[in-house]
Amino acid sequence: MSDPSLLTLTLAEARDGLARKSFSARELTAAYNDAVSEIEPLNAYITPTPERALAMADAADHRLAEGEALPLDGIPIAVKDLYCTKGVLTTAASHILDGFHPPYESTVTDKLWQSGAVMLGKANLDEFAMGSSNTTSWYGPVENPWRRPGDNRPLVPGGSSGGSAAAVAARAALAATGTDTGGSIRQPASFCGIVGLKPTYGRCSRWGVVAYASSLDHPGPLTRTVRDAAIMLRAMSGHDPKDSTSAPVPVPDFEAALTGDIRGLRIGIPKEYRVDAMPAEIEELWHRGVEWLRAAGGELVEISLPMTKYALPTYYIIAPAEASSNLARYDGVRFGLRVEGDTIDEMYELTRAAGFGAEVRRRVLIGTYVLSAGYYDAYYLKAQQVRTLIARDFVAAFERVDCLLAPTAPSAAFAIGEKTEDPIAMYLNDVFTVPANLAGVPAIAVPVGLSGDGLPLGLQIIGRAFDEETVLRVGEVLESAAQFRYLPSFVAGGGR
Amino acid sequence: MIEGRTGPWETVIGLEVHAQVVSKAKLFSGAATNFGAEPNTQVSPVDAAFPGILPVINRFCVEQAVKTGLGLDAEIRFESVFDRKNYFYPDLPPGYQISQYQQPVVGRGKVVLGMPDGTTREIGITRLHLEQDAGKSLHDQHPTLSYVDLNRAGIALMEIVSEPDLRSAEEAGIYLRKLRSILRYLGTCDGNMEEGSLRCDCNVSVRRPGEPYGTRCEIKNLNSVRHVMQAIEHEARRQIEIIEEGGTIAQQTRLFDAGRGITRPMRSKEEAHDYRYFPDPDLSPLVLDPEWVARLRAELPELPDTKKARFVSAYGLSPDDAGVLVAEKETAGFFERVAAGREPKAAANWIMGDLFGALHRLGVGIEASPVSAEQLGALLDLIADGTISGRLAKDVFAEMVASGADPGAIVEAKGMRQVSDSAAIEAALDTVLAAQADKVAEFRAGRDKLYGFFVGQIMRATEGKANPALVNELLRKKLRGESGGAR
Repeated sequence: MSDPSLLTLTLAEARDGLARKSFSARELTAAYNDAVSEIEPLNAYITPTPERALAMADAADHRLAEGEALPLDGIPIAVKDLYCTKGVLTTAASHILDGFHPPYESTVTDKLWQSGAVMLGKANLDEFAMGSSNTTSWYGPVENPWRRPGDNRPLVPGGSSGGSAAAVAARAALAATGTDTGGSIRQPASFCGIVGLKPTYGRCSRWGVVAYASSLDHPGPLTRTVRDAAIMLRAMSGHDPKDSTSAPVPVPDFEAALTGDIRGLRIGIPKEYRVDAMPAEIEELWHRGVEWLRAAGGELVEISLPMTKYALPTYYIIAPAEASSNLARYDGVRFGLRVEGDTIDEMYELTRAAGFGAEVRRRVLIGTYVLSAGYYDAYYLKAQQVRTLIARDFVAAFERVDCLLAPTAPSAAFAIGEKTEDPIAMYLNDVFTVPANLAGVPAIAVPVGLSGDGLPLGLQIIGRAFDEETVLRVGEVLESAAQFRYLPSFVAGGGR
Repeated sequence: MIEGRTGPWETVIGLEVHAQVVSKAKLFSGAATNFGAEPNTQVSPVDAAFPGILPVINRFCVEQAVKTGLGLDAEIRFESVFDRKNYFYPDLPPGYQISQYQQPVVGRGKVVLGMPDGTTREIGITRLHLEQDAGKSLHDQHPTLSYVDLNRAGIALMEIVSEPDLRSAEEAGIYLRKLRSILRYLGTCDGNMEEGSLRCDCNVSVRRPGEPYGTRCEIKNLNSVRHVMQAIEHEARRQIEIIEEGGTIAQQTRLFDAGRGITRPMRSKEEAHDYRYFPDPDLSPLVLDPEWVARLRAELPELPDTKKARFVSAYGLSPDDAGVLVAEKETAGFFERVAAGREPKAAANWIMGDLFGALHRLGVGIEASPVSAEQLGALLDLIADGTISGRLAKDVFAEMVASGADPGAIVEAKGMRQVSDSAAIEAALDTVLAAQADKVAEFRAGRDKLYGFFVGQIMRATEGKANPALVNELLRKKLRGESGGAR
């Protein structure tokens, strides 16, 4: 039996413990392998890889013993099953990728393994990362480890990186990779009471990450603390010549940016984020965030991002448009599912009808429509123009302030089936997260409090492009002030 | 101009040429591009569109496109954009072709045609853009299934679009040959139409002289100059016939049936595409450094028109001969190697006469010539220094073609060295005249025509090796001298 007390450590603590040889990487990984099994009811993992994890842990132990430790040596993590992992089933949570074992490793996961990290398995997600509730997975919905007190209904973990968020929150991974196209790291982090960081577009390579919407997809980490996010981000970042949109910029020591000192920093409060029908408790929490940062020496100023209200419709044109083209390769010809037909067209139709779920089909149809001759100018071209204006809003704002403080999501986690029937209600959940994707700027979601019905709520810090250091520094100050110490109702190892 | 039943018609033609870029690697992947490799052996995960795999532009292919643009005297666009052209087909793995739609890398340019009557015609180039080739579907490998070979998928193509400036099938042929010649000079496309390195779509319409453009039809995927010319000729006559019979031309895409020499419509389904073009979000706009472009411009090789002018001025060739010699870069180079330090006109004549004849009989290009430029030069030297006569040189050349041997060696081995020793020639002459004493008498009696007979006899006796000038000199002296000696 493994030692469940190891599960309570943060990534930074585990790293230091391994360095001090308080425990071995194998012991840590064994504890996490057991945790992965224990949280099986949450359905957070599609493919656990315990043997591979132990082999990687042994290799880490060897290096630790030789005094050649790597930055993440022996740290067990979950990998969103959108990242291609060489020889390991990669599904994007879609039926259409049945049996797909990539003959290559994504750049980001390769960097993590090169840093000594240990792969616990492939985490569940919304099919092709399309969703805000992790209910669209071919492998079934993920459950949030949190429940409302006195209410046994299972809740969604958020999406699309729902498996990653649930695994980290339930102590079945020290950290996880996610991807954030419209909020898919930050919103599930917020729903599960953990930290989620969407870096700047171009900071982490997209090579080997199954594409949803190429110009909006941001690989990034989900962790239990801001420090852990800084450590993960450093290992995941760096220019990749294989990704033309990867930025040739140096990777700073993000952890060193966590000085705790935000005195004199100007922090903007975007007034347009005060949307109708936002629950008072979120407004109230946001206000508390303002007070905490002011108390820490930040200068809080109200600013305006006038194009904010167009962000959501813009996103829901651009993302499906790119998706409709990106998903054309799933045609049954070369890999994954094939449903035979009498003609090639019939084979395409049967394969794609059987292979894609309802939400993916909906977005492919929307995307095909907005790119069609006669509609392109009115939808896609207009959306791109608005996107430029949204990005300009941020540039203008960052001339006045160093970062922004805003809520992460307009609600706490909801029950499975509660909103999932109405796609519009679901799309509205991305209202605060989508603008940063359109502008490509970094943002971190930090858990800061509980809702009236006992569920975690988060705030996000949005920063300048390639200034994750400020985002992380302010995020950590927020984290320290909020003292969010709550745990979900279900965590591996049973600890509370 | 085509003479119809109701009067003359003008054919209006624009060509879209797909030229395969000479490059070891594909446009967005490192996979190889060799022709004729085993199916699916030159395919990377990019070409097969595996999940998560991203394209990265091959800088060399961009360089090739820019060089071509410069060679077409065209505007180079310092910023251009790659778009996705979306459609489903098994030989198109991503479900889209990466192409350039609204912002091509090369804008307006021109090609100057040398017309048969010695005039020139300028044909406008609308644009040149880079795009990926598709793979190949094989429908003849299995009774019910089709196979796909992705070796070609992702190979870089330049689509070169002309203005509708061409006015006849013949002009289209001249344009295509000229374009091919420029591409080959630049080394940006090998121009090999049999291997599909150069393919052509033709837009054809007809009109009465002076009237606005008629409705055009596009003939797809022609792969030889001859087919292009046949297809245009047929298509123009087909359209004229329809209009003259009171019909109208429907804009459509057609295919050329080479067996029957006609065009026929494609099934409408094959053309009913909405390609949903949009900028490829995996690729940033292609931005060129003006200094880099300037460097490419400075390094551009001499192109056919410039070379032709130089051949006329520096070598004193006629424009026609110069035009023939510069059409292929290899021929021009061959000529310059032969002509170096020699009589250019003789070099040109030997290449365009005997050498072209031999190459034609052998069915090979000049790059596979059995006679090298150095060998042909040596042959010219043997003529110039009197070692062999021009007549004998033809035999030596035939032997060179057959054996590949050096002319000097052939002359030595076969004893073909010209006899310029007057004593030896005189001896042969004496023998002939002695044997033909009656003919000598006839000649002296006034049958002048017999002179040529004596020359022939002497050449035969010397196996053609006697120096013809010396033979003439001695023969005249002899015929005259004999009569004089009788006095």
